[in-house]
Amino acid sequence: MAFFRNRRMAGLIRFVGLFALALMIFAAVLLVFGKNPIRAYWDIFSATLGSSYGISEVLVRMIPLILTALAVALPSRIWLINVGGEGQLFIGALFATWGAVNFTNLPAWLLLPSIGILGFLGGGLWGAISGFMRVRGWASETISTLLMNYVAILLVNFFVFGPWKDPESANYPQSAPFPDAAILPSFFGTRIHLGAVLAIVGLILFYFVLSRTRWGLEMRAIGVNQEAARRNGISTSRYIILLMLIGGGMAGLAGMGEVSAIHGQLRPSLSPGLGYTGFLISWMAGGHPIGIVAAAFLLSVITSGGDILQMTHRIPAAGVHILMALILFVVLARRGGKPR
Amino acid sequence: MNRSPLLTLRSMTKSFPGVLANDHVDLDIYGGEVHALLGENGAGKSTLMKILYGFYRPDSGEIRLNGQPVHIRSPHDARQFRIGMVFQDFVQIPAMTVAENITLFLPDLPFVLNQASIIKRIEEVSERYGFKVNPHAPVWRLSVGERQKVEVLKLLLADARILIFDEPTRSLAPHEVDGLFQVFANLKRDGYALAFITHKMKEVLACADRITVMRRGKVAGTIKGSEATESSLIELMFGKQIEEALGRRGETPADGRKPLLELKGVNTRSEGMAWGLKDVHLIIKPGEIVGVAGVSGNGQKELGDVVLGLEKCTKGVKYLHGEKYTDWSVAQVRESGVAFIPEDPLGMAAFPWLSVQENMAMVNTRMYSKQGGLSMDWQAVRSDLQASLERLEFNIPPFYVPLGFLSGGNIQRMILAREMAHHPKLIIAFYPTRGLDVQSANSARRILSTSRDQGAGILLISEDLGELFNLSDRLVVMFQGRIVGESTPQEISMNEVGYLMTGSKGENKKSD
Repeated sequence: MAFFRNRRMAGLIRFVGLFALALMIFAAVLLVFGKNPIRAYWDIFSATLGSSYGISEVLVRMIPLILTALAVALPSRIWLINVGGEGQLFIGALFATWGAVNFTNLPAWLLLPSIGILGFLGGGLWGAISGFMRVRGWASETISTLLMNYVAILLVNFFVFGPWKDPESANYPQSAPFPDAAILPSFFGTRIHLGAVLAIVGLILFYFVLSRTRWGLEMRAIGVNQEAARRNGISTSRYIILLMLIGGGMAGLAGMGEVSAIHGQLRPSLSPGLGYTGFLISWMAGGHPIGIVAAAFLLSVITSGGDILQMTHRIPAAGVHILMALILFVVLARRGGKPR
Repeated sequence: MNRSPLLTLRSMTKSFPGVLANDHVDLDIYGGEVHALLGENGAGKSTLMKILYGFYRPDSGEIRLNGQPVHIRSPHDARQFRIGMVFQDFVQIPAMTVAENITLFLPDLPFVLNQASIIKRIEEVSERYGFKVNPHAPVWRLSVGERQKVEVLKLLLADARILIFDEPTRSLAPHEVDGLFQVFANLKRDGYALAFITHKMKEVLACADRITVMRRGKVAGTIKGSEATESSLIELMFGKQIEEALGRRGETPADGRKPLLELKGVNTRSEGMAWGLKDVHLIIKPGEIVGVAGVSGNGQKELGDVVLGLEKCTKGVKYLHGEKYTDWSVAQVRESGVAFIPEDPLGMAAFPWLSVQENMAMVNTRMYSKQGGLSMDWQAVRSDLQASLERLEFNIPPFYVPLGFLSGGNIQRMILAREMAHHPKLIIAFYPTRGLDVQSANSARRILSTSRDQGAGILLISEDLGELFNLSDRLVVMFQGRIVGESTPQEISMNEVGYLMTGSKGENKKSD
C-alpha cells in the first residue's frame, strides 16, 4: 500500500518523455543504417500488435519475462540484487527436463505438477546457493548470481551435448522430446500456455504477500532499516535465503514453461536472455506488479520487434539491444537506479 | 604566559534542533601550549572545534586570530588561516604511500610533482619532531599510531600553526599515547598551538598546559594543568548534581528474589574501535534498576546487544527467567518479554518509511498477525499503541503517516510507547531520555520506576550520572569492556563513579 503511494503522475510523464527520447535516438541509429525509422517502427507495431497472432506471440513472450522479473523483484524488496535469473531459468529447465524424460509413463495430471515443482526447485536451489553464500559472508549475491549464470548454461550444455543427447536427433545437441503428458497445454489455438496462469498467480501472490501479510511487513521492515529489524527479532538471514529461493524458483518456473510448452525438449538455445530482460523489467517497474506487466509487455514488443527488423529490414537482431540499452538509461535516469 | 593569545573565541553559540551545543563559549589558545578540552560526550567540545575548523557556522560569536577578526566558512578557509585538524578516523588512502598521501593534501600542488623534495621535507620534519615514519611505506602497513603521525605530518607540511586533535588517544595503545605526548611536547617547543579533545582525565593531567572543562555546552572552567587535580576536574565535569539527585528512589525489595537475568563471565568480540566485553558478570533481579555508568564506547552497546541476543558470546553463559539462553535468537528473547529502548531510535529501532502503526506492529509481528501470517490485525495494533501512549501521557500522533515524518522527540516517544506496550519483564534502556524535553523525560523516568515497582528488571545505560543515581537501585561502572566497579547509589559518590569511568581507578584493581 504505502509502497505504491510513492509513484506520482509527474514520474509517469517524465517516464513517457524519456521513453520517447529513447525511441528518437534509436530512430537516428536506424537512419545511420540507411533505414526508414518510421517504416521500421510501423512494421514492428503492425507485426506485433496489428494482428491477433502478433498479440498472442507478444503474450507468449511475456510469460517467462514476468516470471524472471518476479525473480528479481522479490529479493529486491530487501535490497538483494539477483542478476541470476538467466541461470536459475536454465537450471529450472534442466530439472524439469529430467522429470519429463525419465517419468514418461506418468499421466499428465501427475507429470505436469511434478515437472512444475522440479522446475521451481531447480531454479530455487540455484538462487538459494547465492543466498546462503551471502548469509555466511562468503560472497555478494550480485556477483555470485551473475557468475553462476555461466555455470548453469554450461551445465545444460553438458547434458544436451553428453548424457541426455537424443540419439534420434541427428547429432543436434538436444534432449529427447518431451512426452505429450509433459507438454503444458495451450489455449485458444495459440502458443499461450499454462505458464500464463503461473505468471498471473505469481504476480497476485507477490502483491498480496508484500502488502497484506506479516511476512510482507517484515520484508519491508528489513528493506527500510535492517539494523532495527534485527533488533526487533526479525531474522534477516532467513529472509535472504528464503527470498533467493522463491525468486530463483520463479525463474525456474519460467525455464520449465519454455522447455515444456515452447521447445518441447531441452536445447542450449533455450533462452534469448530472458533472465537478463527480466532484470531490466523488474528495475523499470520498481518492483510494482502492474509496472512489471507493463514493462514486460513493452520489452516483449521490442524483442519481437528485433526479429521483425531482422526479417524485413536486414538489421541484425542484436540491433534492438541498442534500443533496450537506451531504455535502461531511461530507467536509471528516472530514479537514480534505486527501486524505491 | 602573559603574551596575547594566538586564537581567541568569544561568545561562540551554536544550536542544533533541540540542543544548544555551544552556549556563549569563550576560549583562548596561545602559541606554544597544549590546551585540553575536557568534558562528557555531548558537552559541546567537538562542536566548538568543528566551528573552528569551518565545519559548522556559529550562530553568533567572534573568532580572532592574532587579534584580527576572521570568518572561517569552510575547512579550506581554516587551512588558509593555518588551522589544521586531526580526525578520529583518518582520511587516508591505504593503497598509497605515506608521501603520496601527504602530497595529496598539500595546497597549490604544481602540475608536475616534485616528489623528491616533498620526501625530503617529510624526512626533515619527522626528524625534527621524532616521528620515525617511513615516507615510502604504504599506509595500509602502518599501525594506528603511525597513521596518526602521518596525519600530523600532513598538517605540518601544509604550514598549520594551530593543530586540533579530536580524541587522539581513543584508539591508541598506551605506549603510542606516550609517543603522541612526546610529539606534543616537541611541537609546543616550536611555538605550535595544540588543542585536543578528550574525556580521559589522566591524559589531560599528563600533558596539558591549560584545561578547559565543558559541561552542557558551556565552559565550566579553565584551569592550569599544573594546578589541576583529578577531583577538581571531576567536579567541573559533572557539577554538583549529587545532592539534589538522591532521595526520590523507591525501596529495594529485590534482594531475596531469583535473578531475572544473569551473565556469567561473558566475553564478546571487539569490532573496530569499540571495546568487546571482557569477563562480565551481571545479575538483574525482578523489581530493580541496574544502572550502567561509563563514557560511551566502553562496552555499553555490546552489553545491551548481548542481553538482547544480537551479539553472540565468545565465552560465558547467559540466563534469562532462570533458563540458559546463550543461543536464543533475538526473536525468542523479545517474545519472552524483553523490551529494548535504543540509544539511536532512528537507526536502531524505527522504520522511518513505514507508518506509525506498522512500526508498532514490528515489536511482535507474530502476535499481531492473523491466519498464521496471512493478514495483520491492525485494530489490535492501534488499540495497544493508543493505550500505551495514554499510560505514558504522550501525545497521540496520526497512525498512518510514515514515522520518519515525526520529529526526533516524537519518534523516541513512539518507540518508548511501543516497547512499553506489552508490560515487559526486562527492559534494556539505552539513554532513554536523551533528546526528550523535560516533561517527556520525566514521564519516561516515571514509567521506568513504575515498571520497576511492578516487578520488571531494568538495565539502564546512561551517561547522565544524575539520572543514574536518581533511578538505579544498583550501579555498575564500565571501562574498556569490563565492569570496573559495582555499588549502590547510597554507598558510592558521584566522584568515585567519575574516577572509575575515566579509568583513573579500578584498572589496577582489575589487572591482578
